[in-house]
Amino acid sequence: MKHEPTSISRRGFLRSGLCSVPGLPLANHFCSSASAARSKTGTAKSVIQIWMWGGASHLDTFDPKPEAGSDYCGPFSKPIETNVPGIRICELLPELAKQADKYSIIRSMTHGINAHETGTYLVQTGRMPGDSVSYPSVGSVVSYFKGYRAGYQGMIPPYTVLTKRLGRFSEAGFLGQRYKPLVTGGDPAQDPFAVEGVVVEGISERRQKERRELMHNLDMLSKAMPRSPKLAALKKCENEAYSLILGDGAAVFDLAQESDELRESYGRNTFGQSCLAARRLVEQGVRFITINYEGWDTHKNNFTTLRQKLPEMDQAMATLLKDLSERGLLDSTIVWWSGEFGRTPKIQWEPPYNGGRGHWGSAFSALVAGGGFKGGQLVGSSDARGETVKDRPVYPCDLIGSIYQRLCINPLEKLPHPLGKTVHATPTAEEGVPMGGLLTEII
Amino acid sequence: MSRPSVIHCVLLSTLLLSLSHLGFADEPSVTIQKVSGNRMLIALFESNSHVSRACRVDEPILAKLESLDIRAAATCSDSVFVRRVYLDVIGTLPTAEEVKGFLEDRNINKRRLLIDRLLERDKFADYWAMKWCDLLRVRSEFPINLWPNAVQAYHRWIRDSIRQNKPYDQFVRELLTANGSNFRNPEVNFYRAVRDNKPETIAAAVALTFMGTRADAWPSKRLSEMAVFFEGIQRKSTAEWKEEIVFVNLLDASIESAGGRPTSASFPDGTRVDLLPMVDHRQVFADWLVRAENPWFTGSIVNRVWYWLLGIGIIHEPDDIRRSNPPSNRELLSLLQCELVKSEYDIKHLFRLILNSATYQRSCIPTTDRPEAERNFAHYPIRRLDAEVLIDAICRITGTSETYKSLIPEPWTFIPGDQPSIALPDASITSPFLELFGRPARDTGFELERNNAPTAEQMLHLLNSSHLLDKLESRWNPQTSATSPRFGRRVRRSVAAPQSAQADVTDVYLSLLSRYPTSHELEVIRKYTSEAEAQGNEAMVDLMLSLINTPEFLYRH
Repeated sequence: MKHEPTSISRRGFLRSGLCSVPGLPLANHFCSSASAARSKTGTAKSVIQIWMWGGASHLDTFDPKPEAGSDYCGPFSKPIETNVPGIRICELLPELAKQADKYSIIRSMTHGINAHETGTYLVQTGRMPGDSVSYPSVGSVVSYFKGYRAGYQGMIPPYTVLTKRLGRFSEAGFLGQRYKPLVTGGDPAQDPFAVEGVVVEGISERRQKERRELMHNLDMLSKAMPRSPKLAALKKCENEAYSLILGDGAAVFDLAQESDELRESYGRNTFGQSCLAARRLVEQGVRFITINYEGWDTHKNNFTTLRQKLPEMDQAMATLLKDLSERGLLDSTIVWWSGEFGRTPKIQWEPPYNGGRGHWGSAFSALVAGGGFKGGQLVGSSDARGETVKDRPVYPCDLIGSIYQRLCINPLEKLPHPLGKTVHATPTAEEGVPMGGLLTEII
Repeated sequence: MSRPSVIHCVLLSTLLLSLSHLGFADEPSVTIQKVSGNRMLIALFESNSHVSRACRVDEPILAKLESLDIRAAATCSDSVFVRRVYLDVIGTLPTAEEVKGFLEDRNINKRRLLIDRLLERDKFADYWAMKWCDLLRVRSEFPINLWPNAVQAYHRWIRDSIRQNKPYDQFVRELLTANGSNFRNPEVNFYRAVRDNKPETIAAAVALTFMGTRADAWPSKRLSEMAVFFEGIQRKSTAEWKEEIVFVNLLDASIESAGGRPTSASFPDGTRVDLLPMVDHRQVFADWLVRAENPWFTGSIVNRVWYWLLGIGIIHEPDDIRRSNPPSNRELLSLLQCELVKSEYDIKHLFRLILNSATYQRSCIPTTDRPEAERNFAHYPIRRLDAEVLIDAICRITGTSETYKSLIPEPWTFIPGDQPSIALPDASITSPFLELFGRPARDTGFELERNNAPTAEQMLHLLNSSHLLDKLESRWNPQTSATSPRFGRRVRRSVAAPQSAQADVTDVYLSLLSRYPTSHELEVIRKYTSEAEAQGNEAMVDLMLSLINTPEFLYRH
């Protein structure tokens, strides 16, 4: 791991020590490293994770390979220039091409795993499976360090998932139930956005309150054991739930409060409106928002599918970057785009695939923007066919560690391992996790 | 907590019992409401007509409680018992008919007879296969890759073993000494359901699963010595997709050239044993493990069964047996070990023994707030229903079904619409509800992977989600749903006839809470239906939703 030489005075050190932790000099050193001091953006507060569920093709998005021939690039053979000279992306992403100065593309992501669950675990936790317990995902770790324990007082839980649960890989692992995300369910492209449990159509506040009273009146077990600590814990959960149901929780998810024009420019579809909802959650101070974007496991008919999906993604993500930037939120909000892996560079033309791509973990792309990450940069590269990493391998833990750095999470801060093992927020070399080093080139 | 005197209690509960049966007469008795709330409540959960007699299992517990000066809780009421024993034994709520049948049964042995019947139900095998699949890490992918075909075969083998009540020592021996194809000899999947094929990893899994101990906490030499028994286990693939042969290669030339197979090894208790050539060393280990006098083996399984039924292990956590974590009641543990050995490793015998004990049949209402009370089984500890049990119960009472999905696509697994989730073979087959409510991922085989702690998100889901509301509405508004016409007809009738509305309320209480409503509750509900905003079917939806959200429904109690 290379660190730039630090040339910061003690006074500057203290001034920039936004998150100084008494008794933890390492945290200070870490947060006020030269790179952080150099960027004027301060530290990131929130993350929007766009999860390309199923694994999006790197060749058909941010790492086009027209020179490899049609068995690799298929019909997408004319990548377009972006507003950053030298960076080309897929021709179906014209809006994102206009925003390339805001994001950096990592073209050398790698972990070598071609199975969904294991790949997801690697990218979401930064760790190899193998320890006897499951590790928390990035969202849960952020929630652990920057959520309620750190004084988070937002109405919406600090880790929120739009709209579907990814399963246990957007989960808390050994951190436990408290750090699981709120998963909205519902569809933000519908009016209203029926956030599961928060927004229910056709039930008045009066009925909610009467129903709650009915429930209390009929709760005989609590009356029979009024001092039970277990029932007190349940009661606390009920109160928290009602503070969302009867409070202003619904207003946060009410996208009708946005202008029609803006809603259109995000795209009137589930992903587009999820991006808009994510921006509103960022404004509420929610620490980590995951958008689980379905439909990228394109084993069959990859190109037909992508002709439909890429314009949708292009429009929504480009609008999100623009919107965050115009509102001055991009400096404090990291946008992270990635799936569990890329897709097989060599196209499977034969039936039943008809131009499909399989799973590919040895080289793929990720994108990061905002929160102090530099824009307009390329990190690493894949080989001529996008099959292996050519230079600067970036493993999931490198990217995750860099995100933690931007969020001012001390990489050496300990996670509460249930079997008492010493584990740090970011994996260290002793764990045997392959790593290529933090993304110092874009921090 | 102030408690009425025994005599007072008997009189009151007799009175209440008769009144609560008559209670859904048109005018609820006014006198009943004036009775002190506490006594009336206690009568809901505790019985005086039936007092479970102490059996030999109870003696060491009562002795311990006496030494601690803690009074044991009273016997639970029949309706609490019928609900509890269904949930604990077959992971399924009793139907309204089953509850009624049991409550009306005048046989003094009806609890024992019910226990016997439940132990023979197919659902017993389904539910306990689910628990064993948690411990044996039965899932298609990650962190171990069994793949769907093998998962199906392995699950079926486990469930069949439980259905046949295979002696426990035989069950373990078959798992430990298995050879062959993962599809055709499914028990070999025990060796595939570890994250790598290293002898230490296998030894640690064996120690956790069958000895209830965490090898992480062992001196490293003990683990490496035990690992010797699991050296040389090999896997090879076949022409069939994802088929794998697991075998011990006694003639492996590479082992011979690397210095040969070890000639001796130590069991975890330190006893040294000579290892002969051309012998499968797993057999030697299995012979040591399943002996009657091996406390690790018998102690760990009886403690697990106790933990499963009573919520707290005699040694707790049940998979953390070590010298510095002693049993809370040594006599009880050895009594159960003796029973297991005497019965020739008959797990159902253990179940029967525990379920028929006064300890198991105690009320959940503590006699004291002292934490030692629960730790020493003075009352039945309340626990939230398992995720699978909870969603199955909700589906049952609403007449609806759930959709389950797996990310691991092949081969396609057909899941019938009415399949209960306790019978799902594969932890990779799941639903958002199961994930939200803490179903274990089956990564590790630790008991603590199953997390039944409540969260605000769970309550949000239960109180106000469209998922749950849709289910309730499909029961009460069949015009908007294709399911459950029976209930719909009844409700349409009920709008016109108050008599049958009351029958509906009774039916709701029997099928949700396994008991009749009290007249106090009937009055609360009558008031709600006449004064609240929700009317007609909406009020019934609200009633069911409210009851689902009470701990009386959500918790085993």
